[in-house]
Amino acid sequence: MFADYSSTELMSIFAMQGFAGLSLFSVFVLMAMGLAIIFGQMGVINMAHGEFMILGAYTTYLTSQFFQNLMPELFAASFFFAMVLAFLVSGALGAFVEWAMVRHLYRRPLDTLLATWGLSLILQQAYRSIFGAREVGVDLPDWMMGAFNVTDFVQLPINGLFVMVIALSIALAVYLLMYRSGWGKKVRAVVQNRPMAEAVGINTAGVDRATFALGCGIAGVAGSAFTMIGSTGPSSGQAYIVDTFLVVVFGGAQSLVGTIISAFGISQAQSTMEFFLSGSMAKVLTLLVVVGILMLRPEGLMALKVRR
Amino acid sequence: MKTNSPLQWLTSREGIYYLLLALLLVVVLPLLLDPFRLNMVGKYLTYAFAAIGLVMCWGKAGILSLGQGVFFGLGGYCMAMFLKLEASTPEATKNQSTPGIPDFMDWNQITELPGFWQPFHSFSFTLIAVIAVPVLLAFIIGVAMFKRRVGGVYFAIITQAIAAILTILIIGQQGLTGGVNGITDLQTLMGWNIRTDMAKTTLYFVCVGLLFLCLLVARHVQNAKLGRILVAMRDQENRVRFSGYDVASFKVFVFCLAAGLAGIGGALFTLQVGFMSPSFVGIVPSIEMVVFCALGGRYSLLGGVYGALLVNAAKSGFSESFPELWPYAMGALFIGVVLAFPNGLAGLYERYIMPLEKRLPVIGKYLDKDKPAPQAPPVVSDQLSAEKP
Repeated sequence: MFADYSSTELMSIFAMQGFAGLSLFSVFVLMAMGLAIIFGQMGVINMAHGEFMILGAYTTYLTSQFFQNLMPELFAASFFFAMVLAFLVSGALGAFVEWAMVRHLYRRPLDTLLATWGLSLILQQAYRSIFGAREVGVDLPDWMMGAFNVTDFVQLPINGLFVMVIALSIALAVYLLMYRSGWGKKVRAVVQNRPMAEAVGINTAGVDRATFALGCGIAGVAGSAFTMIGSTGPSSGQAYIVDTFLVVVFGGAQSLVGTIISAFGISQAQSTMEFFLSGSMAKVLTLLVVVGILMLRPEGLMALKVRR
Repeated sequence: MKTNSPLQWLTSREGIYYLLLALLLVVVLPLLLDPFRLNMVGKYLTYAFAAIGLVMCWGKAGILSLGQGVFFGLGGYCMAMFLKLEASTPEATKNQSTPGIPDFMDWNQITELPGFWQPFHSFSFTLIAVIAVPVLLAFIIGVAMFKRRVGGVYFAIITQAIAAILTILIIGQQGLTGGVNGITDLQTLMGWNIRTDMAKTTLYFVCVGLLFLCLLVARHVQNAKLGRILVAMRDQENRVRFSGYDVASFKVFVFCLAAGLAGIGGALFTLQVGFMSPSFVGIVPSIEMVVFCALGGRYSLLGGVYGALLVNAAKSGFSESFPELWPYAMGALFIGVVLAFPNGLAGLYERYIMPLEKRLPVIGKYLDKDKPAPQAPPVVSDQLSAEKP
């Protein structure tokens, strides 16, 4: 498939598709960060993760509508309010779900999968009843329009760049929170040895709830960022859930760095192949390669050294 | 209690449950329902094959596969390819630019029948492929995963990814597979019109017959030593391994068994419904199959059959009258089954109805005498701790 192109053409194709893949990369990182906490750290399979993300997206939509109609002068800053609000709304729903459902299922991971799938069906239908089946879009403020011209053929849209900045700063924040803060230490202690953590006086139930809520809140922020590069429909979240799980598993479930590397690899592979093949075949090939590598190396790219 | 002769088994408690199901499917439903509804029940029963497979694979052996739709779909597509080739005779397709190939290929500017379609001219090959193709894929996945001790959650996610891959592939390769519409317009099987009411009723009984055959095979596996090893593996994998059993091979076996059963179900689905499309392959149908099994009772074979019947009947009922309520009901079903009664209908039956059985006249006393030895304990096993050394 490369034979028809000269090497300079190939270079520019790779560069162009590479930049195009960055927005997919941002979405993957944003979704995978929340999931890496919930799945990687807690071992809970949250199939409703996409719906938490969409909740954030709808929150952003409502907030921007609110600002547009009532306070147009503040509209340029509405996204920052929206992101905080999305975090709070999704996090609150996450805490409720943990309390009502997930905490009864920590010892049965496969059952959390079924229960959260049920939750995702309910949430999707709820979105459909409230917001309608059609996709909604958020109007971007002026400062997010436009693009940088890097070279003649490479353009970087500002909204895409902004989303990537958000994605990377969230990744950094999660890293600091999990590995450099006292609270993160508690979370990791509970994950590694629950009875021991309880014995030294950690409130494990509280840590569980906060961790789950944090993961869901990050999903909400992801949804908020998602509205800047695409429109939102009731089942947009489901389209990404399998990919995101693969990103997390492929990176090595307990490694945040691995998650970012795998998100980068998968999004770039898909975007580059899309130029040469049809979109669906590019996706099939990418997923096949990922599944194939996982079969050879089930612990993922960056595995913790564990005795098995 | 050991029963040896078939007659002894049929009069035992378990035998009576099987007889009751047979009575329902062979006598009661065909008498009550018109051919259209009976055909729908037949369609639901094809899901029961997948549910039985999941009972063996998930309930007994503790391997949750979220890719049963793949195997169901492969079985269904094998049958659909045969029927489509039979329907695309040169006479029937003489208006196409290339007569004699399926219509969707002609629409996609394909002028020659692709190689992998060729063997499906033969009915005997198709019958073998219906089981062999799913089993082969399951074998490859199983060997690759279980030999490396990938299990539990990871296995579930990877099987789900495979379901996603196959769906995208089928939809993307429109010229080879019929794309998102699937393979439609299937008319005859070896010259026999499968669209008539008579044929649909006949196919229903064929389906019921095969279902009982599969139930008996699965029951045989479950009661043999093999079945006990599967249950032991589910509960304490390492102990089984340390006792010298090759855990991976047993897992591969039960996964292949489940895949084969789903394949048979898929082929019967195609025959009774008259088409096959990617919407029966992907992530959502695969997960729905898990619900049939979970609602019926994940460790009960008969529970799987009832689960498939009830969930599908409820789905049709709801979607006919309140389509927007169905996702809520389905979601609540998922959550309710998992949180409130993890052993499904079979568990509820054992707990609440079985104690009442002895109050029945005549038969009650008889059943009470034959109390089963407690079968596999309720499955809510704790897979995390089982993996810890």
